Amino acid sequence: MGGMETENRNEVNESRKRELVCIRCPIGCMITVTQQGDGTLGITGNSCGRGAEYAEKELTNPTRIVTSTIRLRNGKQAVVPVKTAADIPKGKIAECMDAIRDAELEAPVRIGDVALADVAGTGVDIVVTKNVEADMGA
Amino acid sequence: MKKKAEIVIVGGGPAGLAAAAAAEEAGVKSEDILIIERDGELGGILNQCIHNGFGLHTFKEELTGPEYAERYAEKVRQAGIPYLLQTMAVDIRAEGRDGNDAGKIKYVTAMNKNDGLFTVEAQAVILAMGCRERPRGALNIPGYRPAGIYSAGTAQRYVNIEGRMPGKEAVILGSGDIGLIMARRMTLEGAKVKLVAELMPYSGGLKRNIVQCLDDYGIPLKLSHTVVGIHGKERVEGVTIAEVDGNRKPIAGTEEYISCDTLLLSCGLLPENELSAGLGVALNPVTSGPVVNESLETNVEGVFACGNVLHVHDLVDYVSEEAGNAGRNAAEYVLGTGKREAASAAIGIRPGPGVRYTVPSLLRLGHMQEEQVIRFRVSDVYRDAALAVYFDDIPVMKVNKKVMAPGEMEQIKLKKRKLEEYPELEQIRIAVERAVPPKA
Repeated sequence: MGGMETENRNEVNESRKRELVCIRCPIGCMITVTQQGDGTLGITGNSCGRGAEYAEKELTNPTRIVTSTIRLRNGKQAVVPVKTAADIPKGKIAECMDAIRDAELEAPVRIGDVALADVAGTGVDIVVTKNVEADMGA
Repeated sequence: MKKKAEIVIVGGGPAGLAAAAAAEEAGVKSEDILIIERDGELGGILNQCIHNGFGLHTFKEELTGPEYAERYAEKVRQAGIPYLLQTMAVDIRAEGRDGNDAGKIKYVTAMNKNDGLFTVEAQAVILAMGCRERPRGALNIPGYRPAGIYSAGTAQRYVNIEGRMPGKEAVILGSGDIGLIMARRMTLEGAKVKLVAELMPYSGGLKRNIVQCLDDYGIPLKLSHTVVGIHGKERVEGVTIAEVDGNRKPIAGTEEYISCDTLLLSCGLLPENELSAGLGVALNPVTSGPVVNESLETNVEGVFACGNVLHVHDLVDYVSEEAGNAGRNAAEYVLGTGKREAASAAIGIRPGPGVRYTVPSLLRLGHMQEEQVIRFRVSDVYRDAALAVYFDDIPVMKVNKKVMAPGEMEQIKLKKRKLEEYPELEQIRIAVERAVPPKA
């Protein structure tokens, strides 16, 4: 499936080949991307331009929105959901999660509040995705 | 405690909120609507669905579940529609105060901490109770009952709302969307998800979830596999998985022991229709949801259904759209503005080969909009097939589909104009067939 990858970074001229399932629409084309030694991409298996675009991005700069939760002090719930305000490079997800794990917020919090600025040096903020009131009984 | 409302909506999740907002927009005074919600806040299951991907159709942007819920909850609050939280509807009845309006008045009995047990009288009721997960007891997995077995949704609530991890090493049975989402969530929180086992030869989840939740993290998906044993007495210590044959029976000799302390179950959702059944609402045995007509009205006059209580959806955008229709139709019912043409015979909509069910399953031309969306699921994975529509035995429409899968809801649109050409029509049938060959 999409995770299969044959690559050899030591030999610069070796071509890289990757198979992915396109997720731009429900058809789910199996796309094969071959990267030549000179960096050009050969894309086959896609049935539309969006597939080619998806494959190229997945190979050159795969990004994801990361969603998680941050501990919340004095809130009506123990944690508050958050997300990266934009997609971040896939390779930065682990570092982003480390930062989220160490963070703590104080209730009340509102949707859009910046919980962490410029997470993991990505230039992207972590923002709150739920309004949580302070727990008066706490 | 207010004892009367024009429309009572049971459930304050995405369906109930969209239905309430639409009913108000259609002219029902906000104070004549009442939402009954058993949880402590509006939004239903979306509150724990913290991942993104909601609202692509409705808002043309990718929201997380809580953000999507807040947009509708805010609409309801802005409109001043009353709602009761931590309030459980326990019974719905349709009765008449005298012979003439028999069955026209509904009594919704509910309870909460402040008001105790009380009954609200209503003209219309919108069923929006959502669904529940299929529990371990319904799966017939042998073994003790150790700690560490959760439905995927329960685990999701623990992690995303209560901030607690259910375990460190997990196996997930079932590849429904919640299971896939939880595979990623547990992994991000530091747990090791060893594999997802799926009984069927295809996944029940959305393709994008398989790619972004499993493939991204190298979590194996074992199709045609199931859990045949759970080990451990106090706490789960491991599970035995095995491959299954075409009849979904485990194949001897394929058993494999996987050590883990947690088993998550993502084995399907069941519409929660105890209240509907008690009211005498006819249920479809395939969906476990009410049988409804084009107005999303059940066999009990003035009782409407929408969202996952009607049939399980994979996209909340479709829930909101459907619930909006239910809200508008309920509004027309209580305001008497609907074009309720007398003696409009109902045309039956029947699933043909390859189609499991349809919503709606009855269509009254006199009540139909210019276009009617019929939603359904197919029963297998089909490649290069077509959806065919028959009016009685006359083929009227055929649409080629590159891929169809049970995990993704399908729809076709019927035009009123087209139906009017067949005045004797009794039954519409939708079936999966071989694709139309391309014209030479």
